[in-house]
Amino acid sequence: MTIDLILFIAVALTAIGAAVAMILSRNAVYSALFLILNFMSVAAFYLVLGAPFIALAQITIYAGAIMVLFLFVIMLLGAEKMKEQDPVKWQRPAAILLSLAFAVEGTLAVFKKLDHSIYMNSLSGALADPASIGELLFNQYALPFEITSVILLVAVIGAVVLSRVEKKEGAK
Amino acid sequence: MSGVPLVYYLILAVIMFSLGAVGVLVRKNALVVFMSLELMFNSANLLFITFANFYKSLNGQVLVIFVMTTAAAEVAIGLALMVAIFRSRHTIDVDQMNSLKG
Repeated sequence: MTIDLILFIAVALTAIGAAVAMILSRNAVYSALFLILNFMSVAAFYLVLGAPFIALAQITIYAGAIMVLFLFVIMLLGAEKMKEQDPVKWQRPAAILLSLAFAVEGTLAVFKKLDHSIYMNSLSGALADPASIGELLFNQYALPFEITSVILLVAVIGAVVLSRVEKKEGAK
Repeated sequence: MSGVPLVYYLILAVIMFSLGAVGVLVRKNALVVFMSLELMFNSANLLFITFANFYKSLNGQVLVIFVMTTAAAEVAIGLALMVAIFRSRHTIDVDQMNSLKG
């Protein structure tokens, strides 16, 4: 066991444990906080895999912006504690069983197909440089980048329209 | 430095994706369902980064940026929908959202 492997297993267990705790928490605020922990540990993997820009974007965009939005909505709706009953009794065991089957199948497929002697090494030089990502983004991916900005604009307009309080016709 | 086998990263992504699927199917709180969706996005992103490293190519990292922005747009719309549904029905239990049922 190398030190890399020990660190990988520690961070991977943190990520998986945070994901499980997110699903099991009764309180939605705790779920959100556990999801932030999961994002942080995945960001650590990005850092190891030679993607420092993506790792920091993950922390600022996901753990920062998106999860703060989640926490705002949870507190706005007062939905942190919700009584959960299921009308369809067999749904929960069936869901867990099918997802477990998916996980086992995926793991087996990866295990059987891929060579175990392929090791990941952290990148260095131009490949790990945010400047080269920017260059790629604004040259080869310029059109998708612009389309993304349109998607974000539509999302902003949609969010405003959906959350607007509708005035009654007679009130005018 | 020998590093960690590629297979381990892929297995981690598979496990995280399955956990996200469990969360979507099992939880009734629509906000937690959304968080589980984020978990699945996250596992896909981990795969992109892993293979970007494996093929020594930056295209995977650029795709992760697009996935992140699309996820952000989806969350903004989804949470606005949540607020709108809560206003009219006073619950965000996904089992109660059945007013379109025939």
